[in-house]
Amino acid sequence: MADKAILYDASKCTACRGCQVMCKQWNENDEVIPTEENGVDSRNWGSYENPKDLSPTTWLKMRFTEVEENGQMRWLFTRQACMHCTDAGCVQVCPNGSLYHNDLGFVAYNKDTCTGCGYCIDACPFGIPRSDRNLLTGIAKMDKCTACTSQGYNRIEATAAEADAMYESWKGELIPACVKACPPGALKYGYRDTLVAEGRARVDYLKSQGRGNATLYGENELGGLHVMYVLEDSPDVYGLPVSPSISAATIAWKDVIQPVGWAVGGLAIVGLGLNWLVARANINKEAK
Amino acid sequence: MTNHWNDLANSDVLMAIGGNPAENHPAAFGHITIAKERGAKLISVDPRFTRTSSKADIYAPIRSGTDIAFIGGMINYILNDIESNPGNYNLTYIREYTNATFLINPDYKGPADLEGLFSGYSGSSNEIDGTKRNYNKSTWQFQRDENGIPKRDMTMKDPNCAYQLIKKHFERYTPEKVNAICGTPIDTFLEVCRTFAASGQVGKSGTILYAMGTTQHTYGAQNIRSYTILQLLLANIGIAGGGINAMRGESNVQGSTDYCLLYHIIPGYLKVPVDSDTTLAKYITRTTPTSNDPLSLNWWKNTDKYIVSLLKAWYGDNATTSNDFGFHYLPKITSGQDYSHISLFEAMNEGVIKGLMVWGQNPAVGGPNADLERTAMDKLDWMVVSDIWQTETANHWKRPGVNPAEIGTEVFLLPAKNSWEKEGSVTNSSRWMQWRYKAADGPGEAEDDLWMLDKLAKRLMQLYTDEGGPSAECINKLDWDYGDDHPDVHAVAKEINGYDLTTGKLVASFSGLKADGTTSSGNWLYCNSYVEPDAEPDAPIPGNRASRRNLDDGPFNIGLHAKWAWCWPVNRRIIYNRASVDLDGNPWDAEHPVIKWNPAKGDSGGWDGDVPDGGAAPMNQGGYYPFIMKADGLSNMFGPGMADGPLPEHYEPWEAPIDNTMSKQKNNPVFKIWRPDQQGTPDKYPIVCSTYRVCEHWQGGQMTRNMPWVIEAQPEPFCEMSEELAEEKGIANGDKVIVESARGQVKFVALVTKRFKPFKMNGSTVHQVGIIWHWGYTGLSTGDSANILTPHVGDANTMIPEYKAFLVNVRKA
Repeated sequence: MADKAILYDASKCTACRGCQVMCKQWNENDEVIPTEENGVDSRNWGSYENPKDLSPTTWLKMRFTEVEENGQMRWLFTRQACMHCTDAGCVQVCPNGSLYHNDLGFVAYNKDTCTGCGYCIDACPFGIPRSDRNLLTGIAKMDKCTACTSQGYNRIEATAAEADAMYESWKGELIPACVKACPPGALKYGYRDTLVAEGRARVDYLKSQGRGNATLYGENELGGLHVMYVLEDSPDVYGLPVSPSISAATIAWKDVIQPVGWAVGGLAIVGLGLNWLVARANINKEAK
Repeated sequence: MTNHWNDLANSDVLMAIGGNPAENHPAAFGHITIAKERGAKLISVDPRFTRTSSKADIYAPIRSGTDIAFIGGMINYILNDIESNPGNYNLTYIREYTNATFLINPDYKGPADLEGLFSGYSGSSNEIDGTKRNYNKSTWQFQRDENGIPKRDMTMKDPNCAYQLIKKHFERYTPEKVNAICGTPIDTFLEVCRTFAASGQVGKSGTILYAMGTTQHTYGAQNIRSYTILQLLLANIGIAGGGINAMRGESNVQGSTDYCLLYHIIPGYLKVPVDSDTTLAKYITRTTPTSNDPLSLNWWKNTDKYIVSLLKAWYGDNATTSNDFGFHYLPKITSGQDYSHISLFEAMNEGVIKGLMVWGQNPAVGGPNADLERTAMDKLDWMVVSDIWQTETANHWKRPGVNPAEIGTEVFLLPAKNSWEKEGSVTNSSRWMQWRYKAADGPGEAEDDLWMLDKLAKRLMQLYTDEGGPSAECINKLDWDYGDDHPDVHAVAKEINGYDLTTGKLVASFSGLKADGTTSSGNWLYCNSYVEPDAEPDAPIPGNRASRRNLDDGPFNIGLHAKWAWCWPVNRRIIYNRASVDLDGNPWDAEHPVIKWNPAKGDSGGWDGDVPDGGAAPMNQGGYYPFIMKADGLSNMFGPGMADGPLPEHYEPWEAPIDNTMSKQKNNPVFKIWRPDQQGTPDKYPIVCSTYRVCEHWQGGQMTRNMPWVIEAQPEPFCEMSEELAEEKGIANGDKVIVESARGQVKFVALVTKRFKPFKMNGSTVHQVGIIWHWGYTGLSTGDSANILTPHVGDANTMIPEYKAFLVNVRKA
């Protein structure tokens, strides 16, 4: 199945936050009254940007940035949610494969097997995953945006060709909740190749309108993101990393420590087996 | 809207003023985005930099309450530019389609001559005696010839012609004056002028998007008048991508207005009967405009047909020729008496009104001077609230700070179904009547409005029949039959469309309505919406045009969507569209035609495109003037019917931080003040304040303050202020602050932002803050109501309260 993606166009976004609310509603997150007794921050901290941060039940949040240059005011909006990287630090660092790429190219996860180790949180160059430890059970689980692929048609087992056919016939119906909610059409969902072309064209248009720094963010970053942004200025103005990368420690973890870990662990098991064989032989000897 | 939502995409320049579409009409931005992709320019005029401003090509800051000065400055710029560059404007339109050529009474004098007043004022400068705060309008009237037809000077050079009077009036609104009054930097203001004036070119279009920031002032109607003059000078009325477009704040507020939400009208904008209308004939004579001009269609001449058909719809067989069709059953208001929102609450406060039904409204949060209005409700004997939630209004008797034992009001709450739990229609800002189906059952004992009204009407009819009472016939003579159990919403919709009572068939259009009692129509504007099934067989509900869902966007290429739902009047998508063509019937804008004369059509030619304002031939072929709803057939640049002057003049809000820079008349000389002792002065309250909404919450908050997700997104009411003011007052972002006016005080979170800037005017600095008004004491999220701060003053023409410009002080809590 061909890779899908979400294209977010910051030049069209009005930060109405229909996406943010729809995300919670569709994914059944935080259906509690936001009071401090319920553990939900109910304060306005002096911003339109509430809640203040992502959480295991806030997978998508709009960011508001006020920029003033030469007396010209700009109010920039960006989306803060999983970017669904191709070279995904979280997938690399996950010790037991709970995080993985699904056949649409999005970073999915199996919450049942997640141990809540939190390595993905440190490994993400965008600071997206969040985890929470349940005080009663002691069990922690990571959560983040799923691109709504854990629900709807993506859940149906199908061959790649069947899935493509289903996508074509249901296009516009079973799309991520945020995309469906967007009134000004700032969010699009579709084949990644198509959206790359659309994003490039939009950037060319914005450049022709005097936005010289306009850029398509995510076309090539980290092997290509599955959530791409059309930005009217360079990424750092929006508070995004200009060249996101996976830290050396994460790569070391995946490519060195984990293999070594597995090797060491494997050796230990082999050793234990040998130990058992030797011990059994000794027991047998003693019995004789 | 003169135009419609989808039509925004056709515009070359859009000016959002007194409105914030990105936050309060978010779906609108889909259409604005399309326009922008075509290269259209978006201008945002607002006291603070909003989410709309963030998408605008030009942002112009303006101090709240100074729109007339701003638009007046633009009008002055354009009038000067017409002199220098007449080729950039559509002078034929101005001359032929507006009353710019009309000669005005030579005794007329304007604010330039009379220190801010117009001729005919009963009082003196800054009059405070309420009985003298009015005008005799005789000197504002048109000169007429012996046939009663207005005299015109087609050269527009006569000093008494409207065009010259308008020039004289607005030449005082220089860019420097605009800067001194509005605080808008001169270069920004001139950029707005240049950009918007470019839409005056033939083939270009500009639209104005406004909302409550325009209307909720003591001169709100004059703000709209200023837009009218601007748009007529730019030939922007009637064309695709043009118009003056009111963005309605609720899905069906257009519909409720069409059906007489307001006290001065009855359905279809017919005037409300008054005590001097002792016969139907007197009512018709008083309310029907006349014209002797053969070129003026004067559509309102049909008033008699509409009122008689309305009476037949209401009173059926009880409405006969011998009893004036039951006209005497109707209640009549006292002539000159005001029955608007503030008046009603003042009357409750004085014990005049003893009972109140509140239907889908929350005045304890949304009403001005909210503490006063809550106290007024305490004095009622009974109150019925119909809503989908418990509201602050329903709970006023147990609000914080009062002792329920001391409040004698008996309160009934009728649980209501919400809009997707019942079938019916809503009419949106585009004037589109769209049918909706029931999607879910309501919870518990909730019922829909129609059910409640049906039960109420039937019981009242029985009570009045059994027991009699004053004006019993008003109720018990009603022709009320919509079914025995649940009323049939289709029967209601059909009654609104109306019947030919001779044949029993639904009338096809309001041109079929008669004044002899042989037709009925519950609202003449909606005639043509629900017709015989064979007249609209392809609709999902045959005959019900509001149910149509055809996605064809034609006719023509301007997104009229003529087969999607139905639009009043007679499915005309852009009103005044006869002004979109030249005298020969050819569109001014060939790329975006609305209608076009087709000589080959039918026997003697006909119109292609949208439903034209009447089917007559173009003006050069004997057709009439384009503005058929105006008695004289032409649009009013000069408006002699207004209460407070035929031209918009800048006055300061009732509470203003500075004196009036234009004249020594400080405030609008006519608007109504209920409590002069509650006027805040700048020595105590130096900061301008405006109330507004945010995208995340809805009106009085009943719906959104009960939804966890949106509460989390916007959890507390806030007060937005500039960094400069915060520093002056020692306030940090996120601090709790007290905002105080002469009416009361509220505690909000300070939201300190670069998006608010102090206004620099005439060497002085004026701060402005903004507060959101969605909160109250009921619901999952509670907080202070902003309207505790707003005053009881009403617009000179409409009595709409002043919510947008008043004085406060702010301090750290």
